[in-house]
Amino acid sequence: MKTVCCIKRVPDTTTRVKVGAGGAAIDRAGVEYVVNPYDEYAIEAAVKLREQTNGECIAVCLGPPEATKDLRTALAMGADRAIHLVDENAETRDSFSTAKALADALRPLQFDVAFFGKQSIDADNYQVGTMVARLLGIPSASVVVGMEVQGNTVVCSRAVEGGVETIPLPVPCIVTCQKGINVPRYPALKGIMSAKKKPLESIPAPAISNRVVVSKMELPPPRPAGKVLKGDAAANAREVVRLLREEAKII
Amino acid sequence: MANCILAVGEVREGQLKKITWEVVSQAKRLGAALNQPVCALLIGSGVNDARKPGEYGAATVFVADDAKFARYSTDGYADVVAKVARECGACAVLLGATAMGKDLAPAVAVTLETGVAADVTALAVAGGEIAALRPVYAGKARVTVTVATAPFMATLRPNVFLPEAPNAGAPVEVVKVDVSGITPKAPVTLFAAAAGGKVDLAEASIVVSGGRGVKGKAEGDDQALHGQFQENYKLLENLAATLGAATGASRAVVDAGWKPHSFQVGQTGKTVSPNVYIACGISGAIQHLAGMSSSKVIVAVNKDPDAPIFQVANYGIVGDLFEVLPKLNEEFKKALG
Ligand SMILES: Cc1cc2nc3c(=O)[nH]c(=O)nc-3n(C[C@H](O)[C@H](O)[C@H](O)COP(=O)(O)OP(=O)(O)OC[C@H]3O[C@@H](n4cnc5c(N)ncnc54)[C@H](O)[C@@H]3O)c2cc1C
Ligand SMILES: Nc1ncnc2c1ncn2[C@@H]1O[C@H](COP(=O)(O)O)[C@@H](O)[C@H]1O
Repeated sequence: MKTVCCIKRVPDTTTRVKVGAGGAAIDRAGVEYVVNPYDEYAIEAAVKLREQTNGECIAVCLGPPEATKDLRTALAMGADRAIHLVDENAETRDSFSTAKALADALRPLQFDVAFFGKQSIDADNYQVGTMVARLLGIPSASVVVGMEVQGNTVVCSRAVEGGVETIPLPVPCIVTCQKGINVPRYPALKGIMSAKKKPLESIPAPAISNRVVVSKMELPPPRPAGKVLKGDAAANAREVVRLLREEAKII
Repeated sequence: MANCILAVGEVREGQLKKITWEVVSQAKRLGAALNQPVCALLIGSGVNDARKPGEYGAATVFVADDAKFARYSTDGYADVVAKVARECGACAVLLGATAMGKDLAPAVAVTLETGVAADVTALAVAGGEIAALRPVYAGKARVTVTVATAPFMATLRPNVFLPEAPNAGAPVEVVKVDVSGITPKAPVTLFAAAAGGKVDLAEASIVVSGGRGVKGKAEGDDQALHGQFQENYKLLENLAATLGAATGASRAVVDAGWKPHSFQVGQTGKTVSPNVYIACGISGAIQHLAGMSSSKVIVAVNKDPDAPIFQVANYGIVGDLFEVLPKLNEEFKKALG
């Protein structure tokens, strides 16, 4: 099968966010960037399916010039080639402008299954994969924690409140990945070496205006200093329950 | 012509879910600010209580009741929402930021050629325009956004927008949606309810969460550790039972294989904003805080007085959770009994 994985370059989870000069985005100075954690599951799923079915796996990223590094990671994990839609300000695109550019890049690939992360951990939109599916007019399942391919059907398990839904998707289709779907491999040295020689095509990302417009970014208000109780467990337990009732008025 | 706020409810097995009241109530508040009536939309099969959204402020309830909607389908449900949004001239479409709403909203937005403010925690109207506040970077920052296209769309974080007091006498009109032209292409074929946990983490108003500290002094092989952890975790489950709370865990616990990933709270787990979050034996790593620091009240139990969790806790108890939790349970029982 021909598979695709879409990956995003995002600030590392340990980043302490500072608001940048414009007041509507983060200060990128000193921030370490990584492959979005959920997209590692997307890479693994795409590579595995390609291996099982002897097809081709293409990694796609809409990102700044530095994102070639992230695409090389996908190539080192087993993708065959990569497409880089270059946009210096990828971070400030909304989910639609990203999805539209990705959909246009994916359409000519004639893939069977395209994998996305369920969510990017910077924008937290949970949207791009589902939007691309809708733009391409193909079915999708999001937050997928398990997957089995039966002929031309991808049977997905999707985590929802209180249980798991089963959704069989006819190919071509889109799957957005949640932890549980697989265990991403670490790129082996051989993979890292061969990744350098694999084709990586860079093309400018089309400009598409944002529909969701950020007017302001701020840090959450600091939490008021709390009360920390030491000493006798029983007395402290009693005091906390009292505070929850009488001060916080919540129990 | 924009002439209503559309609130998309949620139906499971014919029953309306709690998020419906939150979404309809917020639509009512938005409608009051914009001088627009509220329409609710229910999609399902054998939908009960179709008039009930009226009690929370809906003037009209559109019902797409058909066997083909007994289970969720992204495309089928999205077609219904888009059709109703167009027909009722919605200037805003609100959904819950639940598994269903988060999946449905982007699909609807593509059809309506608009954008979605995701997982919103506050809505305000200024100069006739709707502005939404939403957390980003898992809550490490937040942004104010507007939607440049119409209709405005947003998914609302559960537990944040409180339901109005229901008004049983409110007049309401129920309208059947003609869904004859819609055929779901990839519906859910099976729903397997999760064993155990009665209250869902993302929906719970109280969460009791355990970290590596719940392992206690347990030693041995993987199986022994696993067994001992489950035994110790009962302290949290008992507390949760007293409070009608859901139980959660840190990633350390999930990575050790002691709890499934569905329990994980944090940047790469669930984001929760309950009324009370009780963190037991959790250090408070930045990725954990990202997922729970918007809780209204945080209670922490940790034996290390320097644990970072105490920097966000409203009420902290420095102590051994094996001593503190049984006492807390006793006190809650007394208080609630
Ligand atoms: C990419 C990435 C994503 C991550 N995402 C998440 C995430 O989503 N959620 C998450 O939780 N973590 C996440 N982490 C992991 C995070 O960095 C921490 O490692 C993790 O949260 C630690 O879990 P913990 O607090 O249970 O364990 P520890 O840090 O080991 O803390 C255990 C605590 O228990 C206390 N303790 C021990 N015994 C007792 C006792 N008897 N009584 C009372 N207190 C006791 C100790 O004092 C200590 O503070 C992520 C990490 C990375 C790199
Ligand atoms: N700039 C991008 N380039 C490639 N894939 C992306 C990009 N942005 C988002 N995605 C994919 O869409 C998923 C969901 O992102 P989001 O809707 O932003 O939460 C991510 O996990 C990625 O798989």
